[in-house]
Amino acid sequence: MNYFKSTQTKKLVTLPAWRSRLLFILLLAGMGILILRAAYLQSINNNFLQQKGNARSSHVMAISAHRGMIADRHGEPLAISTPVESIGVNPQDVEVTPQQLNQLARIMSMDIKEVKRRLLDTTHDFVHLQRQLPPAQVEQIVKLGVPGLLLQREYRRYYPGGEVTAHLIGFTSVDDNGQEGLELALQSQLGGKAGSQRVIQDRKGHIAEDIANIRLPKPGNNIALSVDSKIQYLAYREIKSAVEQHNAQSGSIVVLDAQSGEVLALANWPSYNPNNRTKPSFQVLRNHAVTDLFEPGSTLKPFTVATALEVGKYTPDSVINIENGVFRIGKHAIHDTHPKKTLLTVSEVIQLSSNVGAAKIALSLSPEMVWRGLNDSGFGAQAGSGFPGEAAGKLHDHTKWKPVDQAAISYGHNISVSLLQLARAYTVFANNGELKPVSWLKLDKPASGKRVYSDATAHKMLAMLERVVSPEGTAPLAQVNGYRVAGKTGTAHKVIGGHYSPNRYISSFVGMAPASSPRLIVAVMLDAPAKGQYYGGIVAAPVFSSVMGAALRQLNVPNDKPLGNILMPPTEIVREEV
Amino acid sequence: MRVARVHILLVLAVIGCALYVVMSQHKARNLLAELQQETDRAQQMEVEWGQLQLEQSTWAMPARVDKIAVNKLQMRAPKGQQTRLIYSKGSHESSVRP
Repeated sequence: MNYFKSTQTKKLVTLPAWRSRLLFILLLAGMGILILRAAYLQSINNNFLQQKGNARSSHVMAISAHRGMIADRHGEPLAISTPVESIGVNPQDVEVTPQQLNQLARIMSMDIKEVKRRLLDTTHDFVHLQRQLPPAQVEQIVKLGVPGLLLQREYRRYYPGGEVTAHLIGFTSVDDNGQEGLELALQSQLGGKAGSQRVIQDRKGHIAEDIANIRLPKPGNNIALSVDSKIQYLAYREIKSAVEQHNAQSGSIVVLDAQSGEVLALANWPSYNPNNRTKPSFQVLRNHAVTDLFEPGSTLKPFTVATALEVGKYTPDSVINIENGVFRIGKHAIHDTHPKKTLLTVSEVIQLSSNVGAAKIALSLSPEMVWRGLNDSGFGAQAGSGFPGEAAGKLHDHTKWKPVDQAAISYGHNISVSLLQLARAYTVFANNGELKPVSWLKLDKPASGKRVYSDATAHKMLAMLERVVSPEGTAPLAQVNGYRVAGKTGTAHKVIGGHYSPNRYISSFVGMAPASSPRLIVAVMLDAPAKGQYYGGIVAAPVFSSVMGAALRQLNVPNDKPLGNILMPPTEIVREEV
Repeated sequence: MRVARVHILLVLAVIGCALYVVMSQHKARNLLAELQQETDRAQQMEVEWGQLQLEQSTWAMPARVDKIAVNKLQMRAPKGQQTRLIYSKGSHESSVRP
């Protein structure tokens, strides 16, 4: 037994030495691989693994930022963002019964086929089911308890003013970025910047730990506009009823603070409701008062006359022969179709809106002088308001003018302007000869203007413009009870495709009150009134009168004329020259 | 022997600290949950504020006020003859030039 055992041990000892060495090396190599692997995971591949690990529990969450509110000058909101929820879905996760599908479609008022198509769209990880639902509907959907539905907080813009402020404020896209109007112009100030934070979530998705704010959300600024919502409503109401009454194609109105250049109201009709997601045609979206150009006609005559007074060639009482209403320049003839008398004073040229008178005054000046007067009053250049799509207007260079051009420009043809530009130009008469810049924002103190005419000229012009709004002028309907009014009518053939349309007109009136120290400028324009009447003094002046009267009362502006009956011409209203 | 006692003390201290860490972590989470709730509430209130503001301005829309004043309350703007101007001592009647 003992022997046997010893022989066996001996046998074991005689195993070849390489076997143990091989085993040792293999084990060593195995361990080496493990060490290398560990080193690889710990150092080289560390980042990737760490990320994967964190991704299980830590998430970056977006913190949505509020878009700033737009308010009027008294803080009345005109555009507010309120949070809404968007419903999205991961089609790979969703389980929905046909009954739930039915209810979903009903709550979101969507077509059931469309809901189905989106739910089964497995090519995407995330599909929007419906965006920007009101909280009540979202609650109903959450109650259905469909697995796989995801809620996303978004902001939706509401416009309490609806149609009244539509063109002025504009609207935002579904992502709450400005698309039109002041929403677009002021985007950089209004838009908030979304922030993000890194958090650790538990299994149920609650936030367990707030690791770091990656970026703080930056809400947009609230902006106070220069607009007065009451005057805005008045302007809108009156222009709407005038367009409907005269069956015009469109109508626009601008109300400016005469002393500061702030826009108090701007409205167009037809308008639209910006709260609806579906937007109307491009034609309705256009802010005619700012983006559309038209030939102003006689509303431009005061600038020609003011230039003539400024140069010192004329006084308001200088007499001009209007040649019985026909004035020839080469092959062309300028007409006054209903001349009252052969000799008119400069005042009467404005009061009765004589084309021949204006042309003769303009032709007695050098082209450069006429051009400078218009250019300095802001024609042919943008009003600098920064409104999207603001039109600059056309004022050809005086070196290219022929005498007939110069004559035509003097009474507002061969030149195109926007209504805003026209209203702004009248600040020179309201402000002792200074042109004020247009502002959409509320100003603490009036912006400084640019001198165009002297004090004396501006005052003389104001007096002349007051005669227009008298029973003997072209715009007795522009009178306002209790206030002296100065203004000018305009009636021009509409330019369609480069030609003057024989029976389509643009009727306008620009005026200011109280004339003793103008506070407001109101410019009214109606495009193609189609109910027979088309004179600015008949179509546009009444709109001016009602808006101006109500606005002055609204602002508590003291009367500068006794209250009493408004005097109307004994026969018919003086018709202006077209 | 003395060294061993120090060791035991240190071990106890470490256990104490470890428990305290757990406790503070728990507290921190609770506080965070509270903060979260308050933030949610603040946001909820912000939402409500926006909605109330919206509601207020919708009720107070000039168009609506206009309609109610004219149709329901039969109000109208006074005519010239029905208006009388009263001047305070500070202002002069001369500001009105006939």
